Amino acid sequence: MITQIMIVIASVLMLLGVWGLLSRRHLIKIILGFTLLDTGIHVLLVAIGYRRGGTAPIFDGDLSPAEALARAVDPVPSALVLTAIVIGLAVTALMLSYAVKMFQHKRSLMIDRNKELKW
Amino acid sequence: MLKRLLTIALMVALAASFFPLMSSIRDRADVGPLAAEYLEDGASDLGAANLVTAVVVTYRGLDTLGEVTVLFAAAAGIALVFQFIRRNREGDAVGQPMEGCGWEELPCRIEASEILKTASGILLPLFLMFGVYIFTHGHLTPGGGFQGGVVIASAILLAFLAGSIRELRHSMVEILEMLAGAGYVAIGLLGIWLAAGFLDPRFLPAGEFGALFSAGAIPVIYSLVGIKVGSELSGVIDVMRRKA
Repeated sequence: MITQIMIVIASVLMLLGVWGLLSRRHLIKIILGFTLLDTGIHVLLVAIGYRRGGTAPIFDGDLSPAEALARAVDPVPSALVLTAIVIGLAVTALMLSYAVKMFQHKRSLMIDRNKELKW
Repeated sequence: MLKRLLTIALMVALAASFFPLMSSIRDRADVGPLAAEYLEDGASDLGAANLVTAVVVTYRGLDTLGEVTVLFAAAAGIALVFQFIRRNREGDAVGQPMEGCGWEELPCRIEASEILKTASGILLPLFLMFGVYIFTHGHLTPGGGFQGGVVIASAILLAFLAGSIRELRHSMVEILEMLAGAGYVAIGLLGIWLAAGFLDPRFLPAGEFGALFSAGAIPVIYSLVGIKVGSELSGVIDVMRRKA
């Protein structure tokens, strides 16, 4: 049930992101669409790692190593998402620096003003 | 019009492709064989209380090295993008920041408010300490090198916004980043020499389970990653501040 709810949320986020990428003209909004798509993918991956009644795979007073196999969620998707978030941050920062550079050249962030990119 | 129709068609197709996943998936009762092995042996094998950290730093440590490399490549790319100066036919630089930062009526740098200045004095040391806490406790609590590094970089950003620092000494940041990156690889290589393989943290004693000095070299690796990410992102903030 929780997996399904999370996958619905992830799909909505991904669809919003793709829609933003395709329909917006403002460069910052396109980048926002990309980060929404990114976030949706992260939610999807974490949702796939969930198990019924599962808890975080971190040992403390509530979870002893002996019962990890019975109760903890899959740690691999969480680790993957940790990596993906950092890569997403790096890509977003690079895109934003391109946006800054484009604004310095064209004095505008609307992509249809940039005729050189059309053919 | 055609573009809009195509966009809508693509959205519908994407939604339809997600639908089987939504309708067929149920909460799983157990985890896959790989995860089962990590959950069963991870704690006794490495002594890390946070299994996600064990996976990130050790089992998939090579991926994390690649991740650090991607982050470095992005930071280098940003520095390169901002260094690029286009010249017109007369040889004058164009596309450089102007007075007034584009919107001529707005000043480029607005003086920080009294609230921000006062609050940053209290918050800055706490921010830095919290960042260091997050990356040194990466093997015990949710957190780690990347998260701690980002917190440290946000402290640097706050200091810039509040005007408490005007200039980041570039050579210092670069040396710090270089040493942390080289230290990470050196610890990985020590793993080959003293333990089972590349990035194996077990050449240091496992220590008491759940203590700060435990889990072999995992806290050392994550601290180095934290220092590297923190200095790298601070460098990115500095480049954007100076050139944009």
